[in-house]
Amino acid sequence: MESMGMDWATVQTVVWTLIKILAIVVPLMLGVAYLTYAERKVIGYMQVRIGPNRVGFKGLLQPIADGLKLLMKEIIIPSGANKGLFILGPILAIAPALAAWAVIPFTDTLVLANVDAGLLYVMAITSMGVYGVIVAGWASNSKYAFLGAMRSAAQIVSYEIAMGFALVGVLMAAQSLNLIDIVRGQTGGFWQWYFIPLFPLFLVYLIAGVAETNRAPFDVAEGESEIVAGFHVEYSGMAFAVFFLAEYANMILIAALTTLMFLGGWLSPLPFLPDGILWWLLKTGFVLFLFLWFRATFPRYRYDQIMRLGWKVFIPITIVWIVVVGAMMQTPLGHLFH
Amino acid sequence: MTYTTAIFYFFAAILVFAGLRVITSRNPVHAALHLVLAFFTAAALWMLLEAEFLAIVLVLVYVGAVMVLFLFVVMMLDINLDRLREGFWDYLPLAGFVAVLLMIEMILILGGRHFGLEIMGTPAPHPADYSNTRELGRLLYTDYVYAFELAAVILLVAIVAAIALTMRRRKDSKYIDPAEQVRVKRNDRLRIVKMPAVKKPETGKGEGA
Repeated sequence: MESMGMDWATVQTVVWTLIKILAIVVPLMLGVAYLTYAERKVIGYMQVRIGPNRVGFKGLLQPIADGLKLLMKEIIIPSGANKGLFILGPILAIAPALAAWAVIPFTDTLVLANVDAGLLYVMAITSMGVYGVIVAGWASNSKYAFLGAMRSAAQIVSYEIAMGFALVGVLMAAQSLNLIDIVRGQTGGFWQWYFIPLFPLFLVYLIAGVAETNRAPFDVAEGESEIVAGFHVEYSGMAFAVFFLAEYANMILIAALTTLMFLGGWLSPLPFLPDGILWWLLKTGFVLFLFLWFRATFPRYRYDQIMRLGWKVFIPITIVWIVVVGAMMQTPLGHLFH
Repeated sequence: MTYTTAIFYFFAAILVFAGLRVITSRNPVHAALHLVLAFFTAAALWMLLEAEFLAIVLVLVYVGAVMVLFLFVVMMLDINLDRLREGFWDYLPLAGFVAVLLMIEMILILGGRHFGLEIMGTPAPHPADYSNTRELGRLLYTDYVYAFELAAVILLVAIVAAIALTMRRRKDSKYIDPAEQVRVKRNDRLRIVKMPAVKKPETGKGEGA
């Protein structure tokens, strides 16, 4: 009976954690909704059009209208599909995209779970995201969907290696796997941020991040011009919307990680300005803008070129730079690298 | 029953169920996906043992990479499970013998006097700032560095061997060298031919003619 007090404390912790999770997921979902709006507007202006401007003031209610439309549409399950896995596909896609946010710090105290091996956790969880695509592609029982799934599997596995090596450079510089410690290692103005000593790794991480989220110019898994819509060609209504949410949540996640590991997270660029979550939002927003800019600028890569870039360019660059960082740390110039 | 014990039994039940489905499932893709579930729950159990590095690496390597490639292959192949199950009864005695042998070995170790719960006891819980990853790294690169490097070299040899065995370069296949493409100059591809007009244009007769 004396464990009753313990249980009450446990219940309190669980409820409090749930509230915190909501406080992360709700703004994230709003962020996703308005990222789609921002994407259409930004790409619109880059292509000299105005983008959505009909629903609400300057089209600001467009994402809400799109969400409602998708919610009310019928979810069609193809008769030849593997029903259980067909429904599991979108769930497997969105679950890792949300779970990874558990360890992302917004300031040095504002974090859901301050895990020692936070960086490894993020890598492990995001590597699960590919199952959503593969399972969806296979369960649809359609050749286009299956081709999309196969492409996506090969592409994500390839770029994960380069991404992992880029992170090895970061953890060598920070001497920690904890995301808060990694940001703290970059204190003292923008010239202390890791994107300067680790510039090649920064580029590789950013580009591999675009490939990892299946965004243009690496969006061969969808490839509208050759395989219709790739892995989600058979999905409609909310099931399709969940894939969409997962893709954009992953984009924001990669942007946030780039911010934390290379751009100093919540730290201000000049030492006399106050640090805060505003900087975090600004930098993440900037990286997201790069994602949209890439999409508006580059034509889609050919599949063999994607593989070449991943295996023959990025992985050698990262390995060489890890050796450079390791060697430099042993020289008098070592302080430049951490 | 404490909270941790409850979590342990929850994950253990899922693990046993997933393991059973791996061998009983009739669809190879379902079997592979259950294996993914088994790895994931095993990682959760390791997490309970405070082995967070191993748990995360299990998810990262086995779930995130190995099983993806495995699924890739399983989905592409047309595996007929009924053909695979031919001869089940012929092999049963041998398989049963191996299974019993494994059981006996496990019982000898896990239930014996040397590794029982009374002998081993519960390891002392570490403080919150204890880094499992750092400790593991220190051990691997100091005390066990030769074994670690040897294992790495053996893996490298296996990779090189696998590639050497399967690499066949077809002579008639066309491939592109991007470096060469980038270096292309206009004069390599384009030739401007000047031709003298054969017939002198007639003047004053309308332009569209």
